[in-house]
Amino acid sequence: MRADPAEYKLVSPGNLQGVLSLLASEPAQWLPIAGGTDVMVLYSAGKLPIRKLVDLWNIPELRQIEVLPDRIHIGAACTFTTLRGHEIISREFPLLATAGSWTGGIANQNRGTLGGNIANASPAADSLPSLLVYGAELTLISMRGERRVPYGTFHTGYKKTELAADELIQDISLPRKFSGYISHARKVGARNAQAISKVCLAALGQIASGTIRDVRLALGSVAPVPLRLEETEQLLVGRRIDSSLIDAARKSVVDRIRPIDDIRSTARYRSAVAGNLVAEFLEKLAMEGTKA
Amino acid sequence: MNPSPEKGAKCEVSFFVNGKETNLHAHPMERLLDVLRNELGLTGAKEGCGEGECGSCSVLLDGMLVNSCLVPIAQTNGASVVTIEGLSTHDLMSPLQHAFLECGGAQCGICTPGMILATVHLLEKKPEPVLSDIREGLAGNLCRCTGYMQIFEAVAKAAQRRVAK
Repeated sequence: MRADPAEYKLVSPGNLQGVLSLLASEPAQWLPIAGGTDVMVLYSAGKLPIRKLVDLWNIPELRQIEVLPDRIHIGAACTFTTLRGHEIISREFPLLATAGSWTGGIANQNRGTLGGNIANASPAADSLPSLLVYGAELTLISMRGERRVPYGTFHTGYKKTELAADELIQDISLPRKFSGYISHARKVGARNAQAISKVCLAALGQIASGTIRDVRLALGSVAPVPLRLEETEQLLVGRRIDSSLIDAARKSVVDRIRPIDDIRSTARYRSAVAGNLVAEFLEKLAMEGTKA
Repeated sequence: MNPSPEKGAKCEVSFFVNGKETNLHAHPMERLLDVLRNELGLTGAKEGCGEGECGSCSVLLDGMLVNSCLVPIAQTNGASVVTIEGLSTHDLMSPLQHAFLECGGAQCGICTPGMILATVHLLEKKPEPVLSDIREGLAGNLCRCTGYMQIFEAVAKAAQRRVAK
């Protein structure tokens, strides 16, 4: 059943303070909306139980990108188009820029926001594994004050997050220390644009005198949350890449992930592909290592 | 669940539609698509999927390509909206519309307004697109008739003519 617009409210305070005071006044009664690429889909389908929405689209504080010497702060309402077009992000955080280019099509990238992608908390979202490997930190803000949360602990279960009912994601910050890394992003889906991933990988690695100095791996669509593969990383660090190491990595990935059968794929397929994607990255890392 | 949800009040929306200043009252969560079609009689934007997958409701909002089915009308206050109706002048097709016609890029016509607006947006950003740019620029617009090749050809032809001018 279609939603009846007369039953919904949408308020545009136009500044962050106004949004936070609404969220604080009636916690859990207000739903923030930015570009609407997730919220409007539920609304149109008549599946949006919350009837009061507060507009983040025109809040300047949430649209800024601040580049500091050691970190970059990305306002939560920056769109994927903004991220893709940003010079420092494309150069130093290519996994995020690439994931942005896979998110929906151009029209959805013009409206969809990074903060929205995080808050929507889909384990299949293309941008989220890249935030895990870049060691992102979130600033959460409410009338009670602000707090910083490592992104790695933000998702607590399927569509469950650390975000309190009166809180908003204000910015996503990334340390600027990965520009020397070899990066690798892969999406396996019906197509890159529009289609939701069956499995996606974000990976970073550094290789020195033939051995892996550092490696960071994260997968989407293989567990209730976007998943960092710490065990696999630990297995790899300090090792020389050969076929037995790749086999061990593949096994550790398959042991760690918890994929499911759904409309897009099967658990079995996802396990095989997840292992293959990590193996593919390690082969690339080994090749780059011999070049350097 | 609240059994009798509070009925929201209408809000005033003042925006530019195809260059014309337009004022209306609407419930803030009404979709831009419905306002264009039902209030303003601009039926060029079509509802395909209603969930941002197909692109047939594409319009330009402050120069950015958007799916008008996903835009609440309250967010367009003060903005400029361009629909397919805004591209022709005095019933004369734009060169881009002409290229679609020539190349067979329009068949049943449902996707065509969205395809053309996505192309306008693409050519603004990339005046000389290669095929991969065209494919990416139009990736959010689905067509069930043409098989896309005629559409890509139309875009390439329009781009060449535009640059040659």
